[in-house]
Amino acid sequence: MSGAWTAAGALARRDLRAALRRWGELALPLCFFVIVLTLFPLGLAPERDTLAAIGPGVLWVAALLASLLALETLFRGDMDDGSMEQLVLSPQPLALLALVKALIHWLLSGLPLVLLTPLVAQAFYLPTDALWVLALALLLATPTLSLIGAVAAALTASLRRGAGVLGILVLPLAVPLLVFGARATDLAIQGQSAAGPLYLLAALLALAITLAPLAIAAALRISVD
Amino acid sequence: MLELKDVAVARSERVLFDGLSLTLAAGDLATVVGPNGAGKTSLLRVVAGLSRAHAGRLHWRGRAIDEGDPVYGRERLYLGHQPGLKSDLSVSENLRFLLQLQGAGFDQGTVAACLAPLGLAGAEHRPVRALSAGQRRRVALARMRLSGCLLWLLDEPFTNLDVDGQALVAGWLDEHLAAGGMAMVASHAPLGTRHPGRRLQVELGA
Repeated sequence: MSGAWTAAGALARRDLRAALRRWGELALPLCFFVIVLTLFPLGLAPERDTLAAIGPGVLWVAALLASLLALETLFRGDMDDGSMEQLVLSPQPLALLALVKALIHWLLSGLPLVLLTPLVAQAFYLPTDALWVLALALLLATPTLSLIGAVAAALTASLRRGAGVLGILVLPLAVPLLVFGARATDLAIQGQSAAGPLYLLAALLALAITLAPLAIAAALRISVD
Repeated sequence: MLELKDVAVARSERVLFDGLSLTLAAGDLATVVGPNGAGKTSLLRVVAGLSRAHAGRLHWRGRAIDEGDPVYGRERLYLGHQPGLKSDLSVSENLRFLLQLQGAGFDQGTVAACLAPLGLAGAEHRPVRALSAGQRRRVALARMRLSGCLLWLLDEPFTNLDVDGQALVAGWLDEHLAAGGMAMVASHAPLGTRHPGRRLQVELGA
Protein backbone atom coordinates (compact mmCIF):
# COMPACT_ATOMS: atom_id res chain seq x y z
CA MET A 1 0.00 0.00 0.00
CA SER A 2 3.01 2.31 0.55
CA GLY A 3 3.43 2.48 -3.23
CA ALA A 4 -0.04 3.96 -3.50
CA TRP A 5 0.80 6.74 -1.03
CA THR A 6 4.10 7.47 -2.79
CA ALA A 7 2.23 7.72 -6.06
CA ALA A 8 -0.50 9.89 -4.52
CA GLY A 9 2.14 12.22 -3.08
CA ALA A 10 3.97 12.34 -6.40
CA LEU A 11 0.73 13.21 -8.21
CA ALA A 12 -0.08 15.96 -5.70
CA ARG A 13 3.40 17.46 -6.12
CA ARG A 14 3.21 17.26 -9.90
CA ASP A 15 -0.21 18.92 -10.10
CA LEU A 16 0.77 21.67 -7.66
CA ARG A 17 4.01 22.41 -9.50
CA ALA A 18 2.42 22.41 -12.94
CA ALA A 19 -0.41 24.68 -11.75
CA LEU A 20 1.83 27.16 -9.96
CA ARG A 21 3.96 27.50 -13.10
CA ARG A 22 0.79 28.65 -14.85
CA TRP A 23 -0.49 30.87 -12.07
CA GLY A 24 -2.28 33.14 -14.54
CA GLU A 25 -4.81 30.39 -15.20
CA LEU A 26 -5.44 30.11 -11.47
CA ALA A 27 -6.22 33.82 -11.17
CA LEU A 28 -8.80 33.67 -13.98
CA PRO A 29 -11.78 32.24 -12.00
CA LEU A 30 -11.01 34.59 -9.10
CA CYS A 31 -11.06 37.64 -11.37
CA PHE A 32 -14.32 36.40 -12.86
CA PHE A 33 -15.77 36.04 -9.34
CA VAL A 34 -14.83 39.58 -8.32
CA ILE A 35 -16.05 41.10 -11.61
CA VAL A 36 -19.44 39.37 -11.46
CA LEU A 37 -19.90 40.59 -7.90
CA THR A 38 -19.06 44.18 -8.77
CA LEU A 39 -21.58 44.10 -11.64
CA PHE A 40 -24.53 43.72 -9.27
CA PRO A 41 -24.11 46.98 -7.33
CA LEU A 42 -23.54 48.69 -10.68
CA GLY A 43 -26.52 47.13 -12.43
CA LEU A 44 -28.95 47.48 -9.52
CA ALA A 45 -29.42 50.51 -7.36
CA PRO A 46 -26.41 50.65 -5.02
CA GLU A 47 -28.64 51.03 -1.97
CA ARG A 48 -27.75 49.41 1.28
CA ASP A 49 -31.06 47.56 1.76
CA THR A 50 -31.22 46.14 -1.77
CA LEU A 51 -27.63 44.93 -1.69
CA ALA A 52 -27.89 43.43 1.79
CA ALA A 53 -31.03 41.55 0.70
CA ILE A 54 -29.60 40.01 -2.46
CA GLY A 55 -26.00 39.71 -1.14
CA PRO A 56 -25.97 36.09 0.14
CA GLY A 57 -27.69 34.69 -2.96
CA VAL A 58 -25.50 36.64 -5.37
CA LEU A 59 -22.31 35.60 -3.56
CA TRP A 60 -23.25 31.94 -3.73
CA VAL A 61 -24.27 32.00 -7.39
CA ALA A 62 -21.06 33.83 -8.33
CA ALA A 63 -18.97 31.33 -6.35
CA LEU A 64 -20.68 28.42 -8.14
CA LEU A 65 -20.09 29.92 -11.58
CA ALA A 66 -16.48 30.79 -10.80
CA SER A 67 -15.66 27.26 -9.69
CA LEU A 68 -17.37 25.94 -12.82
CA LEU A 69 -14.93 28.00 -14.86
CA ALA A 70 -11.98 26.33 -13.15
CA LEU A 71 -13.38 22.81 -13.62
CA GLU A 72 -12.96 22.67 -17.36
CA THR A 73 -9.18 22.46 -17.07
CA LEU A 74 -9.20 19.74 -14.38
CA PHE A 75 -8.60 16.75 -16.67
CA ARG A 76 -8.14 18.51 -20.02
CA GLY A 77 -4.34 18.81 -19.77
CA ASP A 78 -3.90 15.20 -18.75
CA MET A 79 -6.13 14.01 -21.59
CA ASP A 80 -4.24 16.07 -24.18
CA ASP A 81 -0.70 15.07 -23.26
CA GLY A 82 -1.41 11.39 -22.63
CA SER A 83 -0.72 11.39 -18.90
CA MET A 84 -4.33 10.33 -18.28
CA GLU A 85 -3.56 7.02 -20.00
CA GLN A 86 -0.63 6.54 -17.65
CA LEU A 87 -2.77 7.36 -14.59
CA VAL A 88 -5.41 4.84 -15.66
CA LEU A 89 -2.75 2.18 -16.36
CA SER A 90 -0.83 2.65 -13.11
CA PRO A 91 -0.97 -0.13 -10.52
CA GLN A 92 -2.33 2.34 -7.94
CA PRO A 93 -6.06 2.57 -7.12
CA LEU A 94 -7.46 5.05 -9.63
CA ALA A 95 -10.04 6.31 -7.10
CA LEU A 96 -7.21 7.46 -4.81
CA LEU A 97 -5.48 9.29 -7.68
CA ALA A 98 -8.83 10.86 -8.64
CA LEU A 99 -9.37 12.05 -5.06
CA VAL A 100 -5.88 13.60 -5.02
CA LYS A 101 -6.56 15.42 -8.29
CA ALA A 102 -9.91 16.76 -7.05
CA LEU A 103 -8.46 17.92 -3.72
CA ILE A 104 -5.49 19.67 -5.34
CA HIS A 105 -7.98 21.32 -7.67
CA TRP A 106 -9.95 22.54 -4.66
CA LEU A 107 -6.79 23.78 -2.95
CA LEU A 108 -5.94 25.89 -6.00
CA SER A 109 -9.39 27.13 -7.02
CA GLY A 110 -11.84 26.60 -4.14
CA LEU A 111 -9.71 27.71 -1.20
CA PRO A 112 -8.65 31.07 -2.74
CA LEU A 113 -12.34 31.72 -3.39
CA VAL A 114 -13.15 31.06 0.28
CA LEU A 115 -10.36 33.40 1.37
CA LEU A 116 -11.44 36.11 -1.02
CA THR A 117 -15.15 36.05 -0.14
CA PRO A 118 -15.03 37.90 3.23
CA LEU A 119 -13.35 40.77 1.39
CA VAL A 120 -15.79 41.07 -1.50
CA ALA A 121 -18.74 40.47 0.83
CA GLN A 122 -18.07 43.93 2.25
CA ALA A 123 -19.52 45.35 -0.95
CA PHE A 124 -22.89 43.82 0.04
CA TYR A 125 -22.93 45.22 3.60
CA LEU A 126 -22.79 41.80 5.24
CA PRO A 127 -22.50 42.02 9.06
CA THR A 128 -19.15 40.83 10.47
CA ASP A 129 -20.70 37.88 12.34
CA ALA A 130 -22.27 36.62 9.14
CA LEU A 131 -18.92 36.77 7.35
CA TRP A 132 -17.58 33.92 9.49
CA VAL A 133 -20.59 31.78 8.78
CA LEU A 134 -20.35 32.58 5.08
CA ALA A 135 -16.66 31.63 5.01
CA LEU A 136 -17.31 28.41 6.95
CA ALA A 137 -20.22 27.47 4.67
CA LEU A 138 -18.05 28.07 1.60
CA LEU A 139 -15.23 26.08 3.18
CA LEU A 140 -17.63 23.11 3.46
CA ALA A 141 -19.35 23.59 0.11
CA THR A 142 -16.46 24.26 -2.26
CA PRO A 143 -14.70 20.87 -1.78
CA THR A 144 -18.04 19.14 -2.40
CA LEU A 145 -18.42 21.20 -5.53
CA SER A 146 -14.90 20.26 -6.68
CA LEU A 147 -15.70 16.57 -6.17
CA ILE A 148 -19.09 16.69 -7.93
CA GLY A 149 -17.55 18.80 -10.66
CA ALA A 150 -14.70 16.33 -11.09
CA VAL A 151 -17.21 13.55 -11.84
CA ALA A 152 -18.75 15.66 -14.59
CA ALA A 153 -15.33 16.82 -15.84
CA ALA A 154 -14.21 13.19 -16.05
CA LEU A 155 -17.33 12.26 -18.03
CA THR A 156 -16.87 15.13 -20.49
CA ALA A 157 -13.05 14.89 -20.65
CA SER A 158 -13.06 13.20 -24.06
CA LEU A 159 -15.49 15.69 -25.61
CA ARG A 160 -13.89 18.40 -27.67
CA ARG A 161 -16.25 21.10 -26.47
CA GLY A 162 -17.21 19.84 -23.06
CA ALA A 163 -17.51 23.17 -21.26
CA GLY A 164 -21.21 23.73 -22.02
CA VAL A 165 -22.17 20.18 -21.14
CA LEU A 166 -20.17 20.52 -17.94
CA GLY A 167 -22.33 23.44 -16.75
CA ILE A 168 -25.53 21.58 -17.54
CA LEU A 169 -24.30 18.53 -15.62
CA VAL A 170 -22.86 20.28 -12.57
CA LEU A 171 -25.21 23.17 -11.80
CA PRO A 172 -28.34 21.08 -11.07
CA LEU A 173 -26.28 18.88 -8.74
CA ALA A 174 -24.97 21.99 -6.99
CA VAL A 175 -28.50 23.15 -6.05
CA PRO A 176 -28.41 21.63 -2.52
CA LEU A 177 -25.13 23.45 -1.86
CA LEU A 178 -26.67 26.72 -3.01
CA VAL A 179 -29.82 26.21 -0.93
CA PHE A 180 -28.05 25.27 2.31
CA GLY A 181 -25.21 27.73 1.81
CA ALA A 182 -27.43 30.74 1.14
CA ARG A 183 -29.75 29.65 3.98
CA ALA A 184 -26.85 29.49 6.46
CA THR A 185 -25.72 32.95 5.42
CA ASP A 186 -29.27 34.33 5.72
CA LEU A 187 -29.75 32.87 9.19
CA ALA A 188 -26.45 34.39 10.32
CA ILE A 189 -27.46 37.81 8.98
CA GLN A 190 -30.68 37.59 10.98
CA GLY A 191 -28.61 36.76 14.04
CA GLN A 192 -29.88 33.19 14.37
CA SER A 193 -27.96 29.93 14.65
CA ALA A 194 -26.82 28.61 11.28
CA ALA A 195 -25.82 25.21 12.67
CA GLY A 196 -28.53 23.25 10.79
CA PRO A 197 -27.57 24.09 7.21
CA LEU A 198 -23.87 23.93 8.13
CA TYR A 199 -24.27 20.36 9.39
CA LEU A 200 -26.05 19.47 6.17
CA LEU A 201 -23.22 20.96 4.12
CA ALA A 202 -20.75 18.91 6.17
CA ALA A 203 -22.80 15.78 5.57
CA LEU A 204 -22.82 16.43 1.82
CA LEU A 205 -19.04 16.83 1.91
CA ALA A 206 -18.61 13.52 3.75
CA LEU A 207 -20.85 11.84 1.19
CA ALA A 208 -18.97 13.37 -1.75
CA ILE A 209 -15.53 12.41 -0.38
CA THR A 210 -16.62 8.78 -0.01
CA LEU A 211 -18.51 8.29 -3.26
CA ALA A 212 -17.19 10.78 -5.80
CA PRO A 213 -13.68 9.26 -6.19
CA LEU A 214 -15.21 5.94 -7.30
CA ALA A 215 -17.44 7.71 -9.81
CA ILE A 216 -14.54 9.84 -11.10
CA ALA A 217 -12.39 6.73 -11.56
CA ALA A 218 -15.14 4.93 -13.48
CA ALA A 219 -15.78 7.98 -15.65
CA LEU A 220 -12.07 8.39 -16.43
CA ARG A 221 -11.83 4.77 -17.57
CA ILE A 222 -14.70 5.41 -19.97
CA SER A 223 -13.12 8.65 -21.21
CA VAL A 224 -9.73 7.17 -22.10
CA ASP A 225 -11.31 4.21 -23.91
CA MET B 1 3.25 -15.39 -19.51
CA LEU B 2 1.02 -13.11 -21.56
CA GLU B 3 -1.75 -15.07 -23.18
CA LEU B 4 -4.41 -13.88 -25.60
CA LYS B 5 -7.20 -16.33 -26.36
CA ASP B 6 -9.57 -15.74 -29.28
CA VAL B 7 -9.40 -11.99 -28.81
CA ALA B 8 -11.64 -9.80 -30.94
CA VAL B 9 -11.14 -6.05 -31.05
CA ALA B 10 -13.84 -3.57 -32.02
CA ARG B 11 -13.74 0.15 -32.52
CA SER B 12 -17.04 2.11 -32.50
CA GLU B 13 -19.11 -1.10 -32.81
CA ARG B 14 -17.10 -2.28 -35.85
CA VAL B 15 -15.13 -5.49 -35.32
CA LEU B 16 -11.59 -4.92 -36.62
CA PHE B 17 -10.43 -8.51 -36.23
CA ASP B 18 -11.30 -11.58 -34.19
CA GLY B 19 -9.92 -14.94 -33.16
CA LEU B 20 -6.46 -13.67 -32.28
CA SER B 21 -4.56 -16.06 -30.03
CA LEU B 22 -1.03 -15.46 -28.92
CA THR B 23 1.35 -16.48 -26.16
CA LEU B 24 4.36 -14.43 -25.14
CA ALA B 25 6.99 -15.98 -22.87
CA ALA B 26 10.27 -14.61 -21.52
CA GLY B 27 12.47 -13.28 -24.32
CA ASP B 28 9.67 -13.23 -26.92
CA LEU B 29 9.06 -10.32 -29.23
CA ALA B 30 5.76 -9.88 -31.06
CA THR B 31 5.62 -7.35 -33.85
CA VAL B 32 2.21 -6.15 -34.93
CA VAL B 33 2.02 -5.19 -38.60
CA GLY B 34 -0.77 -4.21 -40.92
CA PRO B 35 -2.03 -1.29 -42.99
CA ASN B 36 -3.45 1.88 -41.43
CA GLY B 37 -6.79 1.20 -39.77
CA ALA B 38 -6.12 -2.52 -39.36
CA GLY B 39 -6.31 -2.18 -35.57
CA LYS B 40 -2.68 -2.17 -34.42
CA THR B 41 -3.19 0.65 -31.92
CA SER B 42 -6.55 -0.78 -30.83
CA LEU B 43 -4.93 -4.16 -30.19
CA LEU B 44 -2.15 -2.61 -28.10
CA ARG B 45 -4.68 -0.54 -26.13
CA VAL B 46 -6.70 -3.67 -25.39
CA VAL B 47 -3.60 -5.58 -24.28
CA ALA B 48 -2.52 -2.60 -22.16
CA GLY B 49 -5.92 -2.50 -20.47
CA LEU B 50 -7.08 0.90 -21.76
CA SER B 51 -9.93 -0.63 -23.77
CA ARG B 52 -11.91 -3.79 -23.32
CA ALA B 53 -11.65 -6.67 -25.77
CA HIS B 54 -14.84 -7.19 -27.78
CA ALA B 55 -14.49 -10.92 -27.11
CA GLY B 56 -11.88 -13.34 -25.83
CA ARG B 57 -9.67 -13.49 -22.77
CA LEU B 58 -6.35 -12.03 -21.68
CA HIS B 59 -4.16 -13.67 -19.06
CA TRP B 60 -1.01 -12.52 -17.31
CA ARG B 61 0.99 -15.06 -15.28
CA GLY B 62 -1.86 -17.51 -15.77
CA ARG B 63 -4.52 -15.23 -14.26
CA ALA B 64 -7.17 -13.19 -16.01
CA ILE B 65 -6.28 -9.51 -16.11
CA ASP B 66 -8.76 -7.44 -14.08
CA GLU B 67 -9.54 -3.78 -14.55
CA GLY B 68 -6.85 -1.85 -12.65
CA ASP B 69 -4.93 -5.08 -11.88
CA PRO B 70 -2.06 -4.02 -9.56
CA VAL B 71 0.30 -6.89 -10.55
CA TYR B 72 -0.18 -6.33 -14.27
CA GLY B 73 -0.07 -2.57 -13.72
CA ARG B 74 3.35 -2.86 -12.10
CA GLU B 75 4.84 -5.18 -14.73
CA ARG B 76 3.41 -3.81 -17.97
CA LEU B 77 4.54 -0.63 -19.64
CA TYR B 78 2.53 1.06 -22.37
CA LEU B 79 3.97 3.73 -24.61
CA GLY B 80 1.35 5.18 -26.93
CA HIS B 81 1.24 8.03 -29.42
CA GLN B 82 1.37 10.62 -26.64
CA PRO B 83 4.47 10.53 -24.45
CA GLY B 84 2.48 11.51 -21.31
CA LEU B 85 4.82 14.33 -20.27
CA LYS B 86 3.80 17.63 -18.65
CA SER B 87 5.27 20.47 -20.68
CA ASP B 88 5.58 22.82 -17.68
CA LEU B 89 7.69 20.37 -15.70
CA SER B 90 11.34 19.50 -16.22
CA VAL B 91 12.57 16.23 -17.71
CA SER B 92 13.64 14.93 -14.32
CA GLU B 93 10.36 15.97 -12.61
CA ASN B 94 8.40 14.17 -15.31
CA LEU B 95 10.48 11.01 -15.04
CA ARG B 96 10.29 11.02 -11.25
CA PHE B 97 6.51 11.26 -11.35
CA LEU B 98 6.00 8.59 -14.01
CA LEU B 99 8.36 6.16 -12.27
CA GLN B 100 6.80 6.69 -8.84
CA LEU B 101 3.34 6.32 -10.37
CA GLN B 102 4.34 2.93 -11.70
CA GLY B 103 5.80 1.97 -8.31
CA ALA B 104 9.39 2.01 -9.57
CA GLY B 105 12.25 3.75 -7.79
CA PHE B 106 13.77 7.04 -8.89
CA ASP B 107 17.50 7.51 -8.67
CA GLN B 108 19.14 10.68 -9.96
CA GLY B 109 22.34 8.89 -11.03
CA THR B 110 20.56 6.12 -12.95
CA VAL B 111 18.37 8.66 -14.70
CA ALA B 112 21.37 10.74 -15.76
CA ALA B 113 23.13 7.62 -17.03
CA CYS B 114 20.06 6.71 -19.06
CA LEU B 115 19.62 10.19 -20.54
CA ALA B 116 23.27 10.56 -21.62
CA PRO B 117 23.21 8.14 -24.59
CA LEU B 118 19.91 9.76 -25.66
CA GLY B 119 21.74 13.04 -26.19
CA LEU B 120 19.88 14.56 -23.24
CA ALA B 121 22.82 14.80 -20.84
CA GLY B 122 22.45 17.96 -18.80
CA ALA B 123 18.85 18.44 -19.96
CA GLU B 124 17.37 17.03 -16.73
CA HIS B 125 16.27 20.43 -15.51
CA ARG B 126 15.02 21.82 -18.81
CA PRO B 127 11.25 22.10 -19.09
CA VAL B 128 9.74 19.61 -21.51
CA ARG B 129 8.16 22.45 -23.50
CA ALA B 130 11.68 23.44 -24.61
CA LEU B 131 12.28 20.00 -26.16
CA SER B 132 11.58 18.94 -29.74
CA ALA B 133 9.09 16.16 -30.52
CA GLY B 134 11.95 13.72 -31.03
CA GLN B 135 13.53 14.67 -27.71
CA ARG B 136 10.20 14.19 -25.93
CA ARG B 137 9.95 10.74 -27.47
CA ARG B 138 13.45 10.07 -26.13
CA VAL B 139 12.39 11.07 -22.60
CA ALA B 140 9.42 8.68 -22.86
CA LEU B 141 11.78 5.93 -23.99
CA ALA B 142 14.10 6.66 -21.04
CA ARG B 143 11.13 6.09 -18.79
CA MET B 144 10.44 2.78 -20.57
CA ARG B 145 13.98 1.63 -19.85
CA LEU B 146 14.00 2.81 -16.23
CA SER B 147 10.59 1.37 -15.36
CA GLY B 148 11.88 -2.16 -14.78
CA CYS B 149 8.69 -3.51 -16.39
CA LEU B 150 8.65 -7.03 -17.78
CA LEU B 151 6.29 -6.45 -20.68
CA TRP B 152 6.77 -3.51 -23.01
CA LEU B 153 3.83 -2.50 -25.21
CA LEU B 154 5.09 0.00 -27.74
CA ASP B 155 2.97 1.76 -30.32
CA GLU B 156 5.17 3.13 -33.10
CA PRO B 157 8.18 3.70 -30.81
CA PHE B 158 10.25 5.13 -33.68
CA THR B 159 7.93 8.08 -34.38
CA ASN B 160 9.96 11.34 -34.51
CA LEU B 161 13.22 9.48 -33.80
CA ASP B 162 16.30 9.92 -35.96
CA VAL B 163 18.43 6.98 -37.19
CA ASP B 164 20.70 7.00 -34.14
CA GLY B 165 17.72 7.05 -31.81
CA GLN B 166 16.13 4.11 -33.61
CA ALA B 167 19.35 2.08 -33.35
CA LEU B 168 19.59 2.90 -29.65
CA VAL B 169 16.02 1.77 -28.99
CA ALA B 170 16.59 -1.43 -30.99
CA GLY B 171 19.62 -2.07 -28.75
CA TRP B 172 17.52 -1.52 -25.62
CA LEU B 173 14.89 -3.93 -26.93
CA ASP B 174 17.62 -6.56 -27.48
CA GLU B 175 18.89 -6.05 -23.91
CA HIS B 176 15.37 -6.24 -22.54
CA LEU B 177 14.60 -9.49 -24.38
CA ALA B 178 17.97 -11.03 -23.47
CA ALA B 179 17.20 -10.29 -19.81
CA GLY B 180 13.97 -12.30 -20.08
CA GLY B 181 11.64 -9.42 -20.90
CA MET B 182 8.81 -9.45 -23.41
CA ALA B 183 7.69 -6.89 -25.91
CA MET B 184 4.82 -6.29 -28.26
CA VAL B 185 5.59 -3.60 -30.80
CA ALA B 186 3.47 -2.03 -33.51
CA SER B 187 5.71 -0.47 -36.12
CA HIS B 188 5.77 0.29 -39.81
CA ALA B 189 9.55 0.37 -39.88
CA PRO B 190 11.62 -2.79 -39.36
CA LEU B 191 12.75 -2.86 -35.72
CA GLY B 192 16.36 -3.82 -36.41
CA THR B 193 16.64 -5.98 -33.30
CA ARG B 194 19.27 -8.74 -33.25
CA HIS B 195 18.26 -10.81 -30.24
CA PRO B 196 17.89 -14.46 -31.36
CA GLY B 197 14.75 -15.13 -29.23
CA ARG B 198 11.37 -16.17 -30.59
CA ARG B 199 9.78 -13.68 -32.98
CA LEU B 200 6.08 -13.59 -33.59
CA GLN B 201 4.40 -11.58 -36.25
CA VAL B 202 0.81 -10.52 -35.81
CA GLU B 203 -0.56 -9.58 -39.21
CA LEU B 204 -3.75 -7.62 -39.07
CA GLY B 205 -6.06 -6.74 -41.92
CA ALA B 206 -4.53 -9.37 -44.20
